[in-house]
Amino acid sequence: MAKVTVDIEYCKGCGLCVDFCPEGIMQMDNDVITQKGYHPAHCVDLDKCTLCLNCATMCPDVAIRIER
Amino acid sequence: MAAEKSPVLFERTSALTDKVTNYCPGCLHGITQRLVAESLDRLGLADTAVGVSPVGCAVIAYEFYSCDMVQAAHGRAPAVATGLKRARPENTIFTYQGDGDLASIGMAETIHAATRGENITVIFINNAIYGMTGGQMAPTTLPGQITQTSPYGRDVKAAGNPIRVCELLSSLDGVALAQRVTVDTPSNVRKAAKAIRKGFEYQREGLGFSIIEVLSSCPTNWGMTPYKALEWLRENMIPYYPPGVYKDVKAGE
Amino acid sequence: MSEKILMKGNEALAEAAIRAGCRHFFGYPITPQSELAAYMAKRLPKMGGTYLQAESEVAAINMVYGASAAGVRVMTSSSSPGVSLKGEGISYMIGADLPGLIVNINRGGPGLGSIQPSQADYWMATRATGHGDGHVFVLAPSTVQEMADLARMAFDLGDRYRMPAMILADGLLGQMMEPVEMPDPINPADLPPKPWATTGTKGEREHNIVNSLSLVSQVLEDMVLERNERYQRIKEVEQIAQLEHTEDAELVVVAYGAASRIARSAVNAAREEGLKVGMIRPITLWPFPTKAIEDVCATAQAFLSVELSTGQMVDDVKLAVSGRRPVSFFGHSGGIVPTPAEVLVAIKKALAGEVFHILPFHSKLEAGD
Repeated sequence: MAKVTVDIEYCKGCGLCVDFCPEGIMQMDNDVITQKGYHPAHCVDLDKCTLCLNCATMCPDVAIRIER
Repeated sequence: MAAEKSPVLFERTSALTDKVTNYCPGCLHGITQRLVAESLDRLGLADTAVGVSPVGCAVIAYEFYSCDMVQAAHGRAPAVATGLKRARPENTIFTYQGDGDLASIGMAETIHAATRGENITVIFINNAIYGMTGGQMAPTTLPGQITQTSPYGRDVKAAGNPIRVCELLSSLDGVALAQRVTVDTPSNVRKAAKAIRKGFEYQREGLGFSIIEVLSSCPTNWGMTPYKALEWLRENMIPYYPPGVYKDVKAGE
Repeated sequence: MSEKILMKGNEALAEAAIRAGCRHFFGYPITPQSELAAYMAKRLPKMGGTYLQAESEVAAINMVYGASAAGVRVMTSSSSPGVSLKGEGISYMIGADLPGLIVNINRGGPGLGSIQPSQADYWMATRATGHGDGHVFVLAPSTVQEMADLARMAFDLGDRYRMPAMILADGLLGQMMEPVEMPDPINPADLPPKPWATTGTKGEREHNIVNSLSLVSQVLEDMVLERNERYQRIKEVEQIAQLEHTEDAELVVVAYGAASRIARSAVNAAREEGLKVGMIRPITLWPFPTKAIEDVCATAQAFLSVELSTGQMVDDVKLAVSGRRPVSFFGHSGGIVPTPAEVLVAIKKALAGEVFHILPFHSKLEAGD
């Protein structure tokens, strides 16, 4: 199973990973507020992840790590 | 026995430090910055690289790259890079500059480093606005584009026309590579990565001046969401600044 | 070595810079420093160095900034209007603690001025080479030999204190020929290492950063204060001046560079007439040799600053004298070199107890009243 880790120290909640995820499994986590005051992104359904890497490719803050 | 494939498909490159950038949420600077770092890493150049940060949003890029870094006066990065390269030609020298820095106050330094065929790699972020100072008209601001200092839209009769940097530089003999890319989609990011790698490869081969112009967004000063800014870039910037290879000394090889 | 050769001042400076281990020169054409650049253009490429004619003075000084960041000895040369343009880069060098030699073959100003000898860049050199709190070493040769010797010293001081150094000369010194004994050459490889330089990490250390920016006020103030402490230390130990006939002098003439050569003739003429006149010749303009002036305050009754300007160094003389004695001024501007006879008139006036600030165009000196 894929492992998609968003490092909330880097994530600024811009949402580009959400916009570019073809499976719609990246979402903003409204229950978490980062130290800088953003709602970070997180992956809500790893089973559906196709490892396309779109989220990490478009993340301006290099906050996403992806493992197979 | 075949080496086991690493389970890691994507992670931060060691050519970046662990610092959080100062870029606004959704600003594409971070993507290009990562591509530059990854290129250095993949080509094995990080240990001999010296980067030059500009004045502008990337001014403190020296904190984000783990290679040696020099901060330059506004527009002077190509001159500073020239000094660095001439003093130690074995090192890999790159500048990372925005449109105001490269195409306005530093245009003389840009053109002359290019025409000398200075063996450096210039990464040029074109987002059609001055970001750091709060959204003023840039040399690449589009006709009609509203900025803080073109509040009625850029009137080319009064403010002049935007500059297409790659086209301009492509006429100079010293230029080895002049390529415009954009980072608005995952596939375009991958194309941009290739172009940036090529720039560094050309430097390694001693071919001369390489510039990779990256069409970029400024959600904050454009006043749009990050995603909307990408649409605006596609609809407005790409027609005026078409991506493509404007000069490649190895074209056709 | 020890053999004297006849050389032009500009060329002697260039050759001495090469012998100091400088292999990189970035400049832009301007009169009257041309021989210096031409000498470098001829020599440096043959020894694996760089002579690069930049697109502008601004670019040239920023190339110096880059090469200095890479850890090599590097220089540029220019003349007054060109040095104004370099002000930005010099400020950045100060802010980033980078050494490097800037030669200013001072010409008449302001604006395009003239190409004749002048000392009207004293303020710019010692007060405001660029924006911000900062200084550069300013060394003032008065002979072709000193053009060579001070070039070596400028590189050594710059490296030791991590500061830019300026040689402030003029067309008279640049163009004149005198016998000169060249210092032994230094191999650049034998120079002390610069562990702060951006030479590439080679994977052996954390990254070096050459930078003048600090967005946190306290951090910036700490940096500025550290630099200021360095300046105070330099003022304590690096002042250099030449004293002539000062032991019993009632009047001490203060003059540097080309003006000191004329002043010396006038002082000697005064001595021949039995007048008790001496001279202090500042060799370091920054740090200004305040100690030499303070020392002679005990015996001297008055001071006279002689300059090729409307009166700039005289400010520093007054600061050093600190109101203890009257300080007068005599000078020419616009590229006119005063005659020893004129200076002698001023000397006699000052000895007679007059306190004045005389500029020739409104002086009544020669009219005799």
